[in-house]
Amino acid sequence: MADLASEDAFVAFERVQKSYDGENLVVKDLNLSLPKGEFLTMLGPSGSGKTTCLMMLAGFETATHGEILLGGQSINNIPPHKRGIGMVFQNYALFPHMTVAENLSFPLEVRKIGKSDREAKVKRALDMVQMGEFGGRRPAQLSGGQQQRIALSRALVFEPELVLMDEPLGALDKQLREHMQFEITRLAHELGITTVYVTHDQTEALTMSDRVAVFDDGRIQQLAPPDQLYEEPENSFVAQFIGENNTLEGTVTSMAGNTCVVTLDDGEEIDAMPVNVSQVGERTKVSIRPERVEFNKDRLNADAHLVKATVKEFIYMGDVFRFRLSVAGNDDFIVKTRNAPDAVKLKPGETIDIGWLPQDCRALDA
Amino acid sequence: MSDETQSGPVLAADGTPLKQSLARSLRNQKMRALALIGPLLIFVLISFVIPIGSMLFRSVENGMVEQTIPLTVEALKDWDIDSGESPNEAVYQAFVEDMIVAIEAKKHTRLGTRLNYEQTGMSSLFRKSGRKIKRLDPQADAPFKDKLIDIDKKWGDAQTWAVIKTHSVKITNGYFLNAIDMQRTPEGAQAQPEDKRILITLFKRTLFMSLVITFSCIMLAYPVAWILANLPMRTANMLMILVLLPFWTSLLVRTSAWKVMLQQQGVINEVLVWLGIVADDARLVMINNQLGTIIAMTHILLPFMILPMYSVMQTIQPTYLRAAKSMGATNWTAFWRVYFPLSVPGIGAGSILVFILSIGYYITPEIVGGTKGVFISNRIAYHISSSLNWGLAAALGTILLAVVLILYWAYDKIVGIDNVKLG
Repeated sequence: MADLASEDAFVAFERVQKSYDGENLVVKDLNLSLPKGEFLTMLGPSGSGKTTCLMMLAGFETATHGEILLGGQSINNIPPHKRGIGMVFQNYALFPHMTVAENLSFPLEVRKIGKSDREAKVKRALDMVQMGEFGGRRPAQLSGGQQQRIALSRALVFEPELVLMDEPLGALDKQLREHMQFEITRLAHELGITTVYVTHDQTEALTMSDRVAVFDDGRIQQLAPPDQLYEEPENSFVAQFIGENNTLEGTVTSMAGNTCVVTLDDGEEIDAMPVNVSQVGERTKVSIRPERVEFNKDRLNADAHLVKATVKEFIYMGDVFRFRLSVAGNDDFIVKTRNAPDAVKLKPGETIDIGWLPQDCRALDA
Repeated sequence: MSDETQSGPVLAADGTPLKQSLARSLRNQKMRALALIGPLLIFVLISFVIPIGSMLFRSVENGMVEQTIPLTVEALKDWDIDSGESPNEAVYQAFVEDMIVAIEAKKHTRLGTRLNYEQTGMSSLFRKSGRKIKRLDPQADAPFKDKLIDIDKKWGDAQTWAVIKTHSVKITNGYFLNAIDMQRTPEGAQAQPEDKRILITLFKRTLFMSLVITFSCIMLAYPVAWILANLPMRTANMLMILVLLPFWTSLLVRTSAWKVMLQQQGVINEVLVWLGIVADDARLVMINNQLGTIIAMTHILLPFMILPMYSVMQTIQPTYLRAAKSMGATNWTAFWRVYFPLSVPGIGAGSILVFILSIGYYITPEIVGGTKGVFISNRIAYHISSSLNWGLAAALGTILLAVVLILYWAYDKIVGIDNVKLG
């Protein structure tokens, strides 16, 4: 799915740049294409250019350079109302002076769809989000979650092929958010809609998307399915940004095919998989996920390099144990283990050996 | 965990009824709140309720005739107003006795002025007769009928006495009748002679011009408020100063400036003549008429329209327009179906402010209005300061107040007063 020829793509950004002030580029040379029916999430910290990309696609911002294609046609000069793209806004943007049904009916009215047709579609769209009885209410009389559902069904009621969502769940509490994540993906897949979803919440991105584009500094840092993104980050930004991550700094001292040895700054040696390093002597940040670190003596691989660690803190979280260790000068090295009957409980002050599989330890750019 | 259900009122912990105990605990709070608004309450009472109340009362109050010539009023009760003949000697006797007392107290000229509102000539009649009646003796010089008619033959005219009798009631509707171009006559309410009918025209003109001014304020203020609401805060605040600048200049100066601009030898005409758009002998008449009043008042009242519109528009999120467009609405549809309805409360608030202010406006029509562009308030001012007919002025003011209240009520019925927002 990675590299799609732009002819087959439903939505495509080609060498798109955007600058607001003529001095700084907010979006730098963006190339992105997605096929019909895909759920793509743009994930990144605020100011990374993800919302700007979404607004360019919706037509509310113009690209400074490059082309945006929808269904194979350039839409750079098509005004937003002719693009036929559904959109869900961060604050829902439900019209407060209209009832829920009137809100949903609005996109159909401007499309000059007949009254009986309109009513049927509105009803179907409301039923789709289980809000059938709320047609007569005003948005202000609904809870946040209900407003969210209405905003969603309003974006879908005119059956667009592409729906954009700009942090739609940002204002909801955690439980509701999780529920809505499921709801949105279900709808998107059932209706076969192409979705571009913008968020800064990585959990949301991982659980909902077919592919995730991680944005930083106006560029896509990595574009990959969630599992690949989490397990095989391509650079240290992605590794840090997605999920919890332990970083150790050092220098590559030997390389052999799929593994290399990194000498940490305090002299310890570890095995790693070279990702962004190509030669001996290069500086590198190695990244290890907390749950991939092994400290159970019985399971440690004797052949691999082991590292000495001191336990600093033990945090009980119910389903998992979390330990904060001091490793090679890094006091924030986190290790997680499942709360299983044979789980080892480490005590603060203890000194232990830790290790990992070389492929879980990725040597990335410094 | 007792499940006992109590019968009767709920009791507090000490056994007193809960309601009573709640009221007691809230009483202190209420007293403190009352003490805080006390000064304002007293101020409003003294500066607002009492003056308006006294104005309302003055528009019907008419004790002067009865207080000044009580015996005459009593004697006139037996006189048949429709007979067409002058009253009998008893009335003249009573009148002379009343007048001697009134002249002593120097009240007779005031009565003359009062009756002069109803019939011209009464003022001079009373002044002239007063000098002569002063020398009469109520016992020795009787009978008086012929003597009075000698002093002025109007005393033999039944019309004179009819006016006195008609306006001797304590509470009169005469001022209100006058205010709507009618008069109180022995035969009941009748229309004023045609040459005296001006007030209804003035009321209509005031309402019409206030509507025109309100409408032109809406048209001018809406785009300004829109721009202000959509600019970045800093720029908007800068431009806001320009909107508020007129507030810091004297009303008189601003109105006079319009005089300089609009008159026939004024700036606008000179420029138009210089450009050759207007011939020198056909200069535009833009002042001392309705146009002048409308232009100047629209300018002066514009901020009162911009400010509420601006503060309402500021609360309209720009995403509403984006949402509408993303759903397929053109710029115009998005504006008309989404933005405009949301801005209506601002228009409503501004319109009510501007309309009510302009309906009672005085200075500007007085300066630039000429005769064709004056408002009812100018007439009220005339009756208060020149003709001193305060009763009529009060009646006019009361009608104006009633019109405003009726319009306010109608607005509430049509648009809904909760649809008015100042921000």
